[in-house]
Amino acid sequence: MEIKIGLELHCQLTGLQSKLFCPCRCDYRGMSPNTNICPICSGLPGTLPLLNQRAVDYAGMISIALGCKIPSAVVFYRKNYFYPDLPKNFQITQYNAYGFTSIGVEGKVDYGVKSSTIKRVQLEEDPGRLVYGNSNLDTLIDYNRAGVSLVEIVTEPDFSEPKDVRIFLNKIISIIEHLGVCDTRLDGSVRCDANVSLEGGNRVEIKNVGSFRDVKKALRYEITRQKTMSVRDIEIKSETRHWDDARSITKQSRKKEEEEDYRYFPEPDIPTIVLGDDYISSLKTKMPELPHERKTRFLRVYGLSDHVAQVLIDNKELADFFESTVKIYPSSPNEIANLIISDLLGLIDDSKKEQRSIFSGLRIDAKHIAELVRMIDQNVINRNIAKMILSQITKTGEMPSYALDKMNASVIDSKDVISETIESIFKSETSAVKDAKQNPNAANFLLGKVMQLTGGRADPKIALKLIKIKLAVLE
Amino acid sequence: MENNLYHLNAEQVASGIKNRDFSAVEYISQILERIEKIDVKINAFVTVDNEGAIEKARSLDKRIQHGESIGGLGGVAIGVKDNICTKNLKTTCASRMLEEYIPPYDATVIKKLKENDAIIVGKLNLDEFAMGSTTEFSRFGPTRNPWNINYVAGGSSGGSAASVAALECAISLGSDTGGSVRCPASFCSVVGLKPTYGCVSRYGLISYSNSLEQIGTVGRTVTDVMLIMNAIAGEDANDQTTRTTVPGTKTTSRGQTPKYSLQNKRNIRVGLVKELVEGADPLISKCIHSAMDLLVGSDCKCEETSLKSVQYALASYYTIAMAEATSNLSRYDNIRYGFDSNPEEYEWNTYFTKVRSNFGEEVKRRIIIGSYVLSAGYYGKYYLRAQKAREMIKREIKSLFEKYDVLISPTMPILPFKFGEKIDDPLKMYQIDIDTVVANLAGIPAISIPVGFNDGLPIGLQIMANQMGEQTLFDVASSFESTIDIHGSPKI
Repeated sequence: MEIKIGLELHCQLTGLQSKLFCPCRCDYRGMSPNTNICPICSGLPGTLPLLNQRAVDYAGMISIALGCKIPSAVVFYRKNYFYPDLPKNFQITQYNAYGFTSIGVEGKVDYGVKSSTIKRVQLEEDPGRLVYGNSNLDTLIDYNRAGVSLVEIVTEPDFSEPKDVRIFLNKIISIIEHLGVCDTRLDGSVRCDANVSLEGGNRVEIKNVGSFRDVKKALRYEITRQKTMSVRDIEIKSETRHWDDARSITKQSRKKEEEEDYRYFPEPDIPTIVLGDDYISSLKTKMPELPHERKTRFLRVYGLSDHVAQVLIDNKELADFFESTVKIYPSSPNEIANLIISDLLGLIDDSKKEQRSIFSGLRIDAKHIAELVRMIDQNVINRNIAKMILSQITKTGEMPSYALDKMNASVIDSKDVISETIESIFKSETSAVKDAKQNPNAANFLLGKVMQLTGGRADPKIALKLIKIKLAVLE
Repeated sequence: MENNLYHLNAEQVASGIKNRDFSAVEYISQILERIEKIDVKINAFVTVDNEGAIEKARSLDKRIQHGESIGGLGGVAIGVKDNICTKNLKTTCASRMLEEYIPPYDATVIKKLKENDAIIVGKLNLDEFAMGSTTEFSRFGPTRNPWNINYVAGGSSGGSAASVAALECAISLGSDTGGSVRCPASFCSVVGLKPTYGCVSRYGLISYSNSLEQIGTVGRTVTDVMLIMNAIAGEDANDQTTRTTVPGTKTTSRGQTPKYSLQNKRNIRVGLVKELVEGADPLISKCIHSAMDLLVGSDCKCEETSLKSVQYALASYYTIAMAEATSNLSRYDNIRYGFDSNPEEYEWNTYFTKVRSNFGEEVKRRIIIGSYVLSAGYYGKYYLRAQKAREMIKREIKSLFEKYDVLISPTMPILPFKFGEKIDDPLKMYQIDIDTVVANLAGIPAISIPVGFNDGLPIGLQIMANQMGEQTLFDVASSFESTIDIHGSPKI
């Protein structure tokens, strides 16, 4: 059965200082309701939108990074519909019509072996937030979010598997993080809607998906639902369904979804924004390093393998962590990368991957990894012990050397130290020493004692050698 | 008593107060008494700010006594159309929807007037949300024409023109979307200007049709109108459509404010717009022709010219205006502000419907038509075509200004009429805007000046100039003003 999945991502430009059309703060999180508002974003009569040029720059950068074409000029449109979270009862957005397009169109993103076509990238304002009270009658409106810059990324329906969607989303997130336009780990800063159709049938929209992990789950559920209906010859209706996080199912929206007529027309209060080739090339020079460029650099500068570099750049935080570690201890980038990917990543609690930081819950820093790798390089510890130490210090936050001392895990290879131990054993185990003259196995017994006394840390080869020398001297 | 202070023009008031011929308090008190006495007949004011005006006059007098310098409009009584936001002073749009609305901020023009020490005496009547040509569609009753109170004052800035004509204030602000300043100026025999689109900030003007409207100025003389423009014109960071140059030309310096002063202009090339003169009441056409005759020969050359695309002007204008209006007015859902009404226990859609039924009939009509012309499947047929017609008019106007300095026509095709005469026939009402909408569609400045009377009813002459041609407009209007010489005030 042919499955078609399309995505619609909304990404807040949290990297900005102010909202899209007014000087209010872009960072509204944690503020008391309706304190981050002004006459403009609360839509008071007589106010006019003042376009934030940096928001245009950021949307332009996203478009470039997703391989989109950027038109020579863009305009804003009004999307008219009544909803209590919209202060003006219209949203200022972009629209591809009447000779104008949104800021980015016809892009392409490769993810692994496959690629997806980006239909459009558009800049628009976020509405306020409705907060439902205890009873069904009680709805509160918070306009703190109203007017925050939002970039909408729409793909063609060219995914056929939920796991590809997840890979693609990770890729997009890494790009956006690298551009520095959006802190994707802030609650609600990236939202994803999806649409699913089977065999070219009716399209079902899925909304309200809270996290990317759930996108995959929701898609799996929806595909199974549609397949089951199809097998039983039940008609699949074109509708909008909401993801029910608690029950892990999609369910029909309570709201009746009529074909709404948004009566789009150009926003008269914002003059046409001329972009042009000069603007685009100056934007390109201002753009930070993108993931694929970073990967190339990782291969070239650090000599990492393709796979290792890919895993690192797929998550900006991981790549940043790697580079700060290398900065502290530049000698072994490969050892550092391996430690991060094979050992550190394994310690990350999967349920915490959606949180503010992938390292959340782990008390780990670049300096910890740097020291650990240095200790491996200097043969203070081997990889197995390094792994043990790592698991220990991510819980305690201690430096590896300190942890090592505490664990007494270091190999004793000093002849003096071992000799001292042997000396004391020869004094206490006099009968065994006597035996040793006749019985060669007694040397092994003495070695066992040395290991026992040093907590297993003495280098056994050196110890046995020293024991044999001492026995020979006694004779 | 002709030496009453309220007779004085803005220019005279400003110099009188500055030179301490009289105090601001003396002047403002007389103005407020005048309003108190005659506004019951005229109904130009929605709100009179007695206390605020007197307080401002007192502090101004104090500053003068201390030898401080004062602004160019120091002490001048100004009325403001009630769709321009005034901080802490009710701004109603003559609508039930904003009946109790007190803005928390000043419009840019209000800020600038205050910086120039003008004294805002009150808020002026209008058609609800500036939609109308007679001020009959006001929640607070119609404004009456000071020259004959059985006749309409014109609209939608009826209060702005009638108050200035009736000596209730020296100057006023209106707004002009399709003639809303010029129409009442013509009907009330005062000077009314609609500036170039982008010349004056619209920040704080409650939007009716954003791409067409401008805040306009009303005075009894061309000089007075020019004085207000010197205070309010210029770029504004709060309105990204403001500018000081003609689009397409490079801006050399930003944030400039133009300064106008009357110059004697010679060899003016005047184009008389044939279609608009011929389409008017013959009495009006005659009056326009004789005014032209007075001027021709001295400093100006006049010839008839044609503006063929004017036939599309009304259809284009009303389509665009209503489309923008339907969107602009959707924010009035009585959730964040408005009138006293409790949304509790309503599903929001039902609540919106309930409260929005409180718009007046004309506003509802325009919201419905506007929604229709924007709806899917009709956009191309109406809105897009209207925009194409608008481009056509712009192009033709542009080519005319290669031949002429100014274009002249009647301001209104008909004389002021009695109340109720057209209120039931929207199409007839829309048609009287034919002479004025062209300037809004093309974004050019236009001024209406008194040019005569017929049976005691005023006739206005309209002068249009090219974009940012306000200076030319003032110069030409001023030579008309001195040649035609119409003075006197209505007896009320």
